[in-house]
Amino acid sequence: MELYELSAHELSGLIKNKKLSVVELTDTILKRIENIDSSVGSYVTVSGVEALKKAGQIQEKIDKGANLPALAGIPCAVKDNMCTEGILTTCASKILNNFIPPYNATVIDRLNAEETVLLGKLNMDEFAMGGSTENSWFKQTRNPWNPERVPGGSSGGAAAAVSCGEAVFALGSDTGGSIRQPASFCGVVGMKPTYGAVSRFGLVAFASSLDQIGPLTRDVTDCALVLNAITGHDPKDSTSAAVEYPDYTRALVNDVKGLKIGIPREYMSEGLNPEVGKAVMEAAAVLEKLGAVCEEISLPITEYAIPAYYIISSAEASSNLARYDGIKYGYRAEKFTDLLDLYKQTRSEGFGAEVKRRIMLGTYALSSGYYDAYYKKALQVRTLIRKGFDEAFEKCDMVLGPTAPTTAYKIGEKADDPLAMYLGDIYTVSANIAGLPGLVVPCGFDGSGLPIGMQLIGKPFDESSLLRAGFTFEQNTGYHKLRPGI
Amino acid sequence: MKVTRETIQHVAHLARLNLTETEKERLTSDMEKIISYVDKLNELDTSGILPMEHVIPIRNVLREDKAEKSYDREKILSNAPLSEDGCFKVPKVVE
Repeated sequence: MELYELSAHELSGLIKNKKLSVVELTDTILKRIENIDSSVGSYVTVSGVEALKKAGQIQEKIDKGANLPALAGIPCAVKDNMCTEGILTTCASKILNNFIPPYNATVIDRLNAEETVLLGKLNMDEFAMGGSTENSWFKQTRNPWNPERVPGGSSGGAAAAVSCGEAVFALGSDTGGSIRQPASFCGVVGMKPTYGAVSRFGLVAFASSLDQIGPLTRDVTDCALVLNAITGHDPKDSTSAAVEYPDYTRALVNDVKGLKIGIPREYMSEGLNPEVGKAVMEAAAVLEKLGAVCEEISLPITEYAIPAYYIISSAEASSNLARYDGIKYGYRAEKFTDLLDLYKQTRSEGFGAEVKRRIMLGTYALSSGYYDAYYKKALQVRTLIRKGFDEAFEKCDMVLGPTAPTTAYKIGEKADDPLAMYLGDIYTVSANIAGLPGLVVPCGFDGSGLPIGMQLIGKPFDESSLLRAGFTFEQNTGYHKLRPGI
Repeated sequence: MKVTRETIQHVAHLARLNLTETEKERLTSDMEKIISYVDKLNELDTSGILPMEHVIPIRNVLREDKAEKSYDREKILSNAPLSEDGCFKVPKVVE
């Protein structure tokens, strides 16, 4: 394997044993980005100079014999909706195309405390709205397994970069599946933690009750290491959960004996590509052979999750994106007649089509006369969805199913039909609505060689059980070792 | 539920968006499809169900009313499209 294909824990071993310098590793990955990113398009901004400088500083500490954290010296990148002080943060939107935050998101401070090396900011669907990274104002990211295919979205750049060696790990964000679906499409591990587990301070808000930051990594061990770095209570985020956070590496145990896994019959029905269904059921069989107990369960509200999601997320987005007015930062229209027109022109010129669509939908759902019929109704359905999972978790420890109904589709295939694009979120949105953790682990390929990921959804704050199941699956299969070969 | 051009016009104004004719047509059709789809939620009986705004029990975070360090003014103004004399410059707001 090439240096840029190794996992964080493997590289950490080499660094700590002085077999590899942080500068050499950082340089190797920057060269990798230089070689292939004009084809893949994962990055919006590469901060190479700062990265090498940081790498040198970390190597000095190592040379002096300092005891450094688990991820010290590991080059990583973050989705371009997390504020990085002094580094362009665009959300892949024209309206923020020149925005340089004066502060770091909490997760960035935490990665800095881990002594990681930030390589740059990753491409995404504009304001995290999309499932294919086709809505980026800058460029289309291509799936490293097949360049005519989408990498998924909205954390498409993050998934692609980790998949093809342009970053050892990445941070993405997930509001309706935006970490998990691209992880599945690009054959990497992706996790959306429990709502409240990772601080949202400095994450550009899309839907405040659904957004979570999470890791995209090459294997489950790396996922646990990154979770250790980024989880924890943050007084700067009023939705941050003040609970005990475990050492997630203690969950990395090759044992699922007695683990009760529920497979919802509503997930394994029509609309699911048969090859995806087969790979997921075979993964369940692997876990069963190793001692887990897999049983069919029912989540009857499943089909209502998408309409509920699109109302809640669009409503919250319309509120959150009201701040983009051209006054204090970002794009301001050049031609306007008065203040009201400045707002309208700025926003109309600055936002892309999908963003406008969601703002319109959300504004409509919250407007006088419609609030009860749409937003309030969706929140009531949310209670029912959460109840459905609570009942399921009385009988099982976690839920297993597909991540997406298909493998990566062709760029442009769904661009003209927003509703068709929305329906692809069927398996992922429920976890956001109910605030539950979700882990995606590669479990196979379809006939064209495109990756398939299985999804595990767990009880609140029970990331450890998901990690244990994912780790066990990895130790007994080999999908996480495969690379796209570009 | 029928989504009319008037509805689109009204909602666009609330959302502070200027839409072109093409956009208005496209959005009327898209929104109509999406709203019809989300009307599906009416199939569910939610009488007596409390709406869930947040999935974890959260309370507003308060702190002591003590002045703490704020941000450097230069830094905050550095992203301003237009600024003057330490202020954000905007069109006239009050006649």
